[in-house]
Amino acid sequence: MSVTPDDVRRIARLARIAAPEARLDELAGELNAILTWIEQLDEVDVDGVAPMASSVEIALPMREDVVTDGNIRDDVLANAPRSEEGFFVVPKVVE
Amino acid sequence: MTALTDLTLAAAKAKLTAKDISAKELTQAHLAAVAGARSLNAFTTETPDKALAMAEASDARLAKGEGGLLEGVPLAIKDLFCTRDVESTACSNILKGFKPRYESTVTQNLWDAGAVMLGKTSMDEFAMGSSNETACGGPVTNPWRRQGSNSALVPGGSSGGSATAVAARLALGATATDTGGSIRQPAAFTGTVGVKPTYGRCSRWGIVAFASSLDQAGPIARTVEDAALMLTAMAGHDPKDSTSLPLATPDFAAACGTSIKGLKIGVPREYRVDGMPDEIESLWRTGIAWAKDAGAEIVEVSLPLTKYALPTYYIIAPAEASSNLARYDGMRFGVRVDGDGLTGTYEDTRAAGFGPEVQRRILIGTYVLSAGYYDAYYLKAQKVRRKIRDDFDQAFTQVDALLTPTTPTAAFAAGEKSDDPLAMYLNDSFTVTANLAGLPGISIPAALDGDGLPLGLQVIAPALAEERMFAVASALEKAAAFDARPDVWWAG
Repeated sequence: MSVTPDDVRRIARLARIAAPEARLDELAGELNAILTWIEQLDEVDVDGVAPMASSVEIALPMREDVVTDGNIRDDVLANAPRSEEGFFVVPKVVE
Repeated sequence: MTALTDLTLAAAKAKLTAKDISAKELTQAHLAAVAGARSLNAFTTETPDKALAMAEASDARLAKGEGGLLEGVPLAIKDLFCTRDVESTACSNILKGFKPRYESTVTQNLWDAGAVMLGKTSMDEFAMGSSNETACGGPVTNPWRRQGSNSALVPGGSSGGSATAVAARLALGATATDTGGSIRQPAAFTGTVGVKPTYGRCSRWGIVAFASSLDQAGPIARTVEDAALMLTAMAGHDPKDSTSLPLATPDFAAACGTSIKGLKIGVPREYRVDGMPDEIESLWRTGIAWAKDAGAEIVEVSLPLTKYALPTYYIIAPAEASSNLARYDGMRFGVRVDGDGLTGTYEDTRAAGFGPEVQRRILIGTYVLSAGYYDAYYLKAQKVRRKIRDDFDQAFTQVDALLTPTTPTAAFAAGEKSDDPLAMYLNDSFTVTANLAGLPGISIPAALDGDGLPLGLQVIAPALAEERMFAVASALEKAAAFDARPDVWWAG
């Protein structure tokens, strides 16, 4: 499997990172170098092996369904790039 | 009299309790050292006012005969930890100016134990790197240099600022985090002790997330006992992190110095890699001899999947990172770069805010999780990860702990590997396995190489067996009697 400049354009769009056309070839080269190295995993037989998502084998804890937080509007907005009258200000989403 | 900055954490603690010194003078001495070492670039933010206020509060408690485990002890905090009202950026431009309105659990635990915050330390951006060269505030310089050379060496990474602060005696200890080796590798490069505990020992709440199934906080300090004291204060169950283990924290310092007679220590044959410098090989043999002299039995073991750990990591870590870093969208916090509409704003914000290595990893992570590639890469890696863990489970039926070198080389020159991601990744060959399996690991400074640079030995223990790990590490520390320190060329 080899990553093409078109693939990079698609991945970058999925990742919401602007990738200038002029850099697509270079990025494809970098990603291919890493992916080719990663493909040595093909040598490992994993038939019948269950995937491991976490090294902690405990059930996720449950807690009471109660409010533990809140009434901290100003804290939540304190680091907003733009806010007005207690709201986040974002680019227009709906036409 | 020993300079206050030369004390170990344990010795400073004893002097504070005995009222031989005050927390304020101890803190002032360290603040002066921090201010005098700015050429190392170890700190991103210095918090002298906060430090002095905390020290005065410690003195008041000490005067009343009160005080916690780390009362009055000045520490440096990796910039990955969110600290209330103090800029916390993970050394990324995308978080420039971010001042959390909350405190990470680990740092809160330290303040509750009486510790004093000197400031925030530099790191590779979002903890992605092994040289501290991807920090948005510029690289950190290792206090150590090759004998007869003035060239700058990297301190390792990602916790390079923390390791440098401890090695240069700017702090008695520092917090760090380890996803693939980011505590142990910089500790090895700077002649310090670095501990990654069992996954789940330390709460991840309030630590900027990189790869959540691998990230663990731990200390960097100058002795095994100092690191054990710090970890005792840092660890503990936290309901705010669902992977935090609901267990009481042992007194890790009490385990230091206990006998390792009769313990079986495994030497994994697959860690003897091609091209490993003779000095690393010989250091390892020396470490084995020290363990034997301390009464341990050495057993050769096999961890057949070792060579597949790094490629597995470079699927899992970027995959988790691509998901975790989706939150940096320029809307709720951090930096925003206005672009064409909402999507354009996301794309321009993230292209401007993330550095090249972070972008590379997000792209890799997005690719391995994308439709059509998920099974071939991500699912495969998760299966290999289980086999790597099974390797350790098997080894730990024969032995009580493992002994390996920490890194394949000593500290390298600035710029030497920054253009070659794969060469950089290989730094973590010996450390990344413990992250994948969730095991505790410690690096201790063991010897100097021919250039006069420190080299580290690593002890890996079964999950939750930190006390045994500390016992083995302190036995090796005692045998190594490592007392070398870098010349203070940076002061002024």
